[in-house]
Amino acid sequence: MKPADEIALETHDLTVTYHKRPVLYGIDVAVPSGSLVGIVGPNGAGKSTFIKSVMGVVPSSGGWVKVFGKPMRENLPRVGYVPQRESVDWDFPVTVMDVALMGTYGGLGLLRRPGKVEKRRASEALEKVGMLPYSNRQIGNLSGGQQQRVFLARALAQDSDLYLMDEPFVGVDAATEAAIVTLLREMRERGKTVMVVHHDLQSAGEYFDHLLLLNMRLVAFGAVKDVYTPELLQKTYGGRLTILSEVADQAAKL
Amino acid sequence: MFEDVSFLASMIDLLIPGSGSGKAIMAAVLLGASCGLLGCFVVLRRVALMGDAVSHAVLPGVVAGLIYSAERSPGVIFLFAAAAGLLGACLVRLMMFSTRLKSDAALGIVLATFFAFGIMWQSRNQQDTVGVMNFLFGNIGSIDASDLRMMLVTTLILVVTMFFLRRPLLMMSFDEGFSRGLGYPVKILNGVFYFLLTFSVVVALQAVGVVLVSAMLITPAAAAYLLTDRFERMLILSVVFGVASGISGGLVSAEVNGLPTGPVIALSATLLFGIIYLLAPRHGVLSKVARTLRRGMRVRRENTLKAIYQIHEGEGFAHEEVSVLMLARKRGQTEEKVNKDCKALLSRGFIEMAEDGVSLHLSRLGWKRAMEIVRNHRLWELYLTNEADYAEDHVHEDAEKIEHILEPGIVRQLEQHLDFPELDPHGKPIPQPAHLVTQSSVVPS
Repeated sequence: MKPADEIALETHDLTVTYHKRPVLYGIDVAVPSGSLVGIVGPNGAGKSTFIKSVMGVVPSSGGWVKVFGKPMRENLPRVGYVPQRESVDWDFPVTVMDVALMGTYGGLGLLRRPGKVEKRRASEALEKVGMLPYSNRQIGNLSGGQQQRVFLARALAQDSDLYLMDEPFVGVDAATEAAIVTLLREMRERGKTVMVVHHDLQSAGEYFDHLLLLNMRLVAFGAVKDVYTPELLQKTYGGRLTILSEVADQAAKL
Repeated sequence: MFEDVSFLASMIDLLIPGSGSGKAIMAAVLLGASCGLLGCFVVLRRVALMGDAVSHAVLPGVVAGLIYSAERSPGVIFLFAAAAGLLGACLVRLMMFSTRLKSDAALGIVLATFFAFGIMWQSRNQQDTVGVMNFLFGNIGSIDASDLRMMLVTTLILVVTMFFLRRPLLMMSFDEGFSRGLGYPVKILNGVFYFLLTFSVVVALQAVGVVLVSAMLITPAAAAYLLTDRFERMLILSVVFGVASGISGGLVSAEVNGLPTGPVIALSATLLFGIIYLLAPRHGVLSKVARTLRRGMRVRRENTLKAIYQIHEGEGFAHEEVSVLMLARKRGQTEEKVNKDCKALLSRGFIEMAEDGVSLHLSRLGWKRAMEIVRNHRLWELYLTNEADYAEDHVHEDAEKIEHILEPGIVRQLEQHLDFPELDPHGKPIPQPAHLVTQSSVVPS
């Protein structure tokens, strides 16, 4: 276990705009290492945008992101990313093993090919999510839950310390959901920090130990027992701040 | 250093054949290889229209090359053409980035503008641009040694770059967000891709022509995509198809007077695609039709087996034989049709016919399969009423379909889930085919 006071992810005044319209306002958050964080909020609250801007997939228009005390760019290998399942074309001519291997590409640079070590790491990751028997299948021939498992295996093969997952529970069967929860807890046991965008408030209280309540701005971040309160949830889900979104609309027209 | 270059140049010259048809074949091979390779990425990244836009955008470059290079050096023409193509690609990206236009509109504008400008410029300088028709519609016969040298070098650059960068390029095409997370220089890789795309267009230009280059980028790769689910195989097949259509199209247009090369090559690529579209083993149309037909026939057979079982069940399993007539009545079909169904069952060993030819009984295999189908049907009905809260009279239709596709694994899950039930929602017993193996008697008691 890492010392509890180490900060896995710190953002300061992280702001994102889409076509000049602000969608995330000045997020300040410091996530302690070894925590399992659920990112919750209503539709359009910017949950996925938050993760994407941390990863640099969506450019931020202000603020900074630090990972384990260093700027994101310098610590990329310590960050694993699980994008939304719908973000890729599952008819792509790659196999389950190919996708898992992609997790090992980060350490290889552009030119080196994956060798035995990488293949073993990918196999182990697939084994862990129960997808090893399907290694040679083209990824389109899988169910939604199986596809999500493959994405998780790819992240596991990255062997990072901080994981950012975008809606891993969407469109999966109950068995896969349970398996993912078990996996997340296991990862926390091994000292990993995991942040998960989650759409179901009901289960969020039991799956995670920390919650990040988001609605265009940070409503609250803390241990579940401190922030899973009617007042804060009401504040998160009680509709947008009307003036904030109106001003955002007007700012977009400038 | 200079000697190295001249050595390389003489090596390249050695590769270039002397005869006209030899040159044409070599040109076809080069264009098939470069377009086939790049085409895989074009198809998978869904930027087929981008290929079309780039190919049209090179026209002003070709015209500029013809006008400004007095001795018509292919190097100059290639350079201008590639620059124009890249400029077109950049403008498309710029337009998408700076407005809310999506790629198709941006591509349409750039394609038309560049092409129109090229045509206009050419018609103002007709005496300088005599060969422009070769670039518009392609003429493989017009490719001389110096053109070939240029094509060879360009193809080499392209193949080598692709060889080394195919993994990151594939990764990026599959999942750009994740590639950024890996620290890939996504912007640079995208730039490399559009460079290579322009190169492949330029290589194919003189043989196929501006208007039809995109056919060489898209059609062979699309055909390969229908044949395989593996990327490496797709690359190889795409190159093979590209080369094959290049050579056959080139030869046909050389044989038949007055046929422009470009359209013939494009059509031979389409011919290849058409064959694969029909015959591809998994993604082809005919195999899909065959699969549907086979499934339909299997469903018919299984429904007949089920009907036989139900007749026996209705009689309390008192008789061993069932007559064709009874079966026809049960199925609500003519005797002839049922006779045909029985033949199919007979040939698969599910039933045995009596000597009179009008009555039959189930074989051991037939009993097993019939019981499985009835069990599947009733288990599914039970599952729907118990677990999914369907009304009892709503479940039959659904079970009629599901009974044919339930896999053993799911059946096991259903049984466990429903705590090994004995009766279906309508009170009928659920048969246990597994008991067949242990019981000595074939007919269930």
